[in-house]
Amino acid sequence: MFKYFPHTKDDIEFMLKELNVSSINELFSGISENVQLKNDYDLKSSMSEQEVRQYFKELSQENRELVIFSGMGIYDHYQPSVIDAITSRQEFLTSYTPYQPEISQGTLQYIFEYQSMIQSLTGLDVSNASMYDGATAAAEACFMATSISRRNKILISKTLNPGTIKVIKTYFKFKGVEYDYVEADNGVFDIEDYKKKLDGEIAGVIVQNPNFFGLIEDYTGVADATHANKSVMIQYSDISALGVLKTPGENEADIACGDCQSLGMPVAFGGPTIGYLATTKKHVRKLPGRICGYTTDTEGKRAFVLTLQAREQHIRRAKANSNICSNQSLMVLYSAVYLSVMGKQGIKEVNALSYENAHYLYDRLLGTGKFFDNFKKPFLKEFTLETTISHDLIAQALLEKGIFGGFSLGGISEEYDNLINFAVTEKRTKEEIDRLVEVLEGLV
Amino acid sequence: MMYNKLIFEISQPGRVGYSLPKRQFTKYDIKDLGNHLRQTDALLPEVSELDCVRHFTNISKKNFGVENGFYPLGSCTMKYNPKINEELVKTMSFAKLHPYQPISTVQGALRAYYELQNALSEISGLEEFSLNPFAGAHGELVGLMVMKEYHMARGDFKRTKVIVPDSAHGTNPASITVCGMEAVEIVSNDQGMVDIEALKAVLNDEIAGMMLTNPNTLGIFEKDIVEITKLVHEAGGLMYYDGANLNALLGKVRPGDMGFDIMHINLHKTFSTPHGGGGPGSGPVGVKDFLIDYLPNPRVKKLEDYYYVANVGDAIGQISGYFGNFLVALRAYSYILNLGKENLMQVGPLATLNANYVRQALKNDYYLPIEGYCMHEVVFDGLKDNPHEIRTLDVAKRLLDYGMHAPTIYFPLLFHQSIMIEPTETESLQTINDFIDVMKKIAKEAKEDPDTLRNAPLSTPITRTDEVFAAKEMIFSYKDYLEYINSKG
Repeated sequence: MFKYFPHTKDDIEFMLKELNVSSINELFSGISENVQLKNDYDLKSSMSEQEVRQYFKELSQENRELVIFSGMGIYDHYQPSVIDAITSRQEFLTSYTPYQPEISQGTLQYIFEYQSMIQSLTGLDVSNASMYDGATAAAEACFMATSISRRNKILISKTLNPGTIKVIKTYFKFKGVEYDYVEADNGVFDIEDYKKKLDGEIAGVIVQNPNFFGLIEDYTGVADATHANKSVMIQYSDISALGVLKTPGENEADIACGDCQSLGMPVAFGGPTIGYLATTKKHVRKLPGRICGYTTDTEGKRAFVLTLQAREQHIRRAKANSNICSNQSLMVLYSAVYLSVMGKQGIKEVNALSYENAHYLYDRLLGTGKFFDNFKKPFLKEFTLETTISHDLIAQALLEKGIFGGFSLGGISEEYDNLINFAVTEKRTKEEIDRLVEVLEGLV
Repeated sequence: MMYNKLIFEISQPGRVGYSLPKRQFTKYDIKDLGNHLRQTDALLPEVSELDCVRHFTNISKKNFGVENGFYPLGSCTMKYNPKINEELVKTMSFAKLHPYQPISTVQGALRAYYELQNALSEISGLEEFSLNPFAGAHGELVGLMVMKEYHMARGDFKRTKVIVPDSAHGTNPASITVCGMEAVEIVSNDQGMVDIEALKAVLNDEIAGMMLTNPNTLGIFEKDIVEITKLVHEAGGLMYYDGANLNALLGKVRPGDMGFDIMHINLHKTFSTPHGGGGPGSGPVGVKDFLIDYLPNPRVKKLEDYYYVANVGDAIGQISGYFGNFLVALRAYSYILNLGKENLMQVGPLATLNANYVRQALKNDYYLPIEGYCMHEVVFDGLKDNPHEIRTLDVAKRLLDYGMHAPTIYFPLLFHQSIMIEPTETESLQTINDFIDVMKKIAKEAKEDPDTLRNAPLSTPITRTDEVFAAKEMIFSYKDYLEYINSKG
């Protein structure tokens, strides 16, 4: 007997008798003996719960929790305790995709609330029910652009996160979408280079704000140039930052996408997170994934349902916009609960505190005389400096003090060789920041 | 009266539900960003912590989870999601690791990833796995990328077509398109299986491979599987195994031994990680040895006792920012350790016993289109004796009134009134008997009281919904909703 299998010996015998067979094996008689397993799996024997706990504890102890001063898409923000309490509720945790709206209003309502929050944060008209992560949302956004414009080439800003670029390029390679880069001018999107590259083949452009150096970009004129060329503008952003920064809507972008990890999700070795994807009403039928809409039931009560499903793979099969089936629903709930407790004020405050902390570290690092800012552009919670100190030496020295900080950009491209990126959230204390600076001051 | 508010409707200006640290450095001020700031505040709620908790607790009551009752949703493997899995990922260090942390500080995470890769290899009979794909459909896409890359790397550029049976999940043909290939659909025979002659007719030097779910979406094992894989291989194609129905095979058959070259596994089905209302799932992709180098980056490898991250030059590229839905994979590993080899061997047999028991018990009331043993799920084609033409939809909705989740309906598409029932191995004889009783009662109601079925459900938080209105009005946010309400006055 095993705790997850309720079958007693008597139960099995009774069921076999009803089926008029003498063993469970007989039910598999249609399967050729040649392909049937001859032996047990070569795996560990069943462990008791206590043994599993102990095993995981040993694995866990081979990791080291560090004070995080790095971002590059994954940020160490505060996680309100209510999130875990609510997302652990089995009604949310163990249910399936809401195919039966009569018994799925909990899921459908929080998706609607999430879509409302993303709509407002992005300043666009409609958000879908989420994508896997920011990078795949970006790839799908580019596919949307090719579908809307009926063109096949995307311009990628060189200031887009290199990890995101890698994922987009993989998707492009297989779907057969072409691309080119828009150069960076002193760390930000070069609109002159962009205008030169805009032509009749360009489906759209994807830009990132704040960009991967952490710098805030100015898109004055970008949407106008894009639309004059009948192309599509895609803005990628960390969603938390849109609580304070100019929105994709204000920038007149057609599509907004990015990751919602910064909304109270743990850094979790990179996953799960959740990607958001929003657009204008005009392009809603090109939007991939689930969309939840308001309706009423037969008694006139307010209700929510998955809608516009004719876009999706289970109806359109090979002709669907995308192959995405589910969303990242539980992470939608994470986002909705986070944005509910943080609310209108909290989302601003968390950005303000991160801004202040990051700027304090920035000033202190410049003050060491060992770090330099080549860009001198505004930033929010993440920034990039130049230093001639070996990045390996920095990483090692910080690690000795329990700090993970300073992501070396050297591995991305030779032109970034001496550049190092720091992210500072509201969680970092003055003492932690001072400790980091103290370590770096001592290096040559 | 049931709670019926949106979070925005309980919002009061000035309320907060958070507590952040005090300002440390008042000399800096975000307002200095000036023109870079948004003009108006985002429309977010303002609620206290208790308001928030009550709101979500109340709406959770309108949901139905595996712990509420029987969840026989075919093709979805709604098994019990063990509590220990949740405890382990939350109480240990894993959630606190940044994906770019120095490798020496994430050895435990990499070891768990590596050991799970190996366990999945042993269970599936394929040599190596990547845990990076986020979900089943994502796994399909990644597996197809591997297939395409293999042919391209050999300079065989003609192979751009992939065969799928007409009984396949919609994600199969959709994934093929997203991968820049063409789906070639073949008809099933009258037993719902791959028609060997139809397969032979489409095999040529343009075929990159074939995607197959086995047992197929009718819950039936493809008895000619060895011949199918042989034919496709002889034609130069690769075999892709869609792991949607892998639960049936645990302890009985390994995809690798049937001749499959590439597969994905839905950890949220077979390996007990929670469905989460539609994600996050996890869709690891496994391959035979000659395809290992094409698996997506980053890869987790081991040298003596040290685990490291590698980027392989021949790989299809990167398909996720980091290591996929890592915390989901960890839950699956906990499940595998809990069960161990002896219990993993029982999963397929017990699930199959349950499904056949349901088949036998209901075949007098519901039309069984295909005779013979099924695997882990059974498909009926509507009511057998049905004078009032009650639809499958009505049967499904009536089940909700009896406190059970509906089976999958109208899939597979081969039948008009499909009802697909999957009673997993974690369901007891008593639960299944209760379900059978209810299904028989509904069959009786269909004859005696058809209107009750047509109007069902009646005891749920809401009744049937107006889906035409939703698609027509396109109200997708609170902003849209307010505009709609105001326009009506």
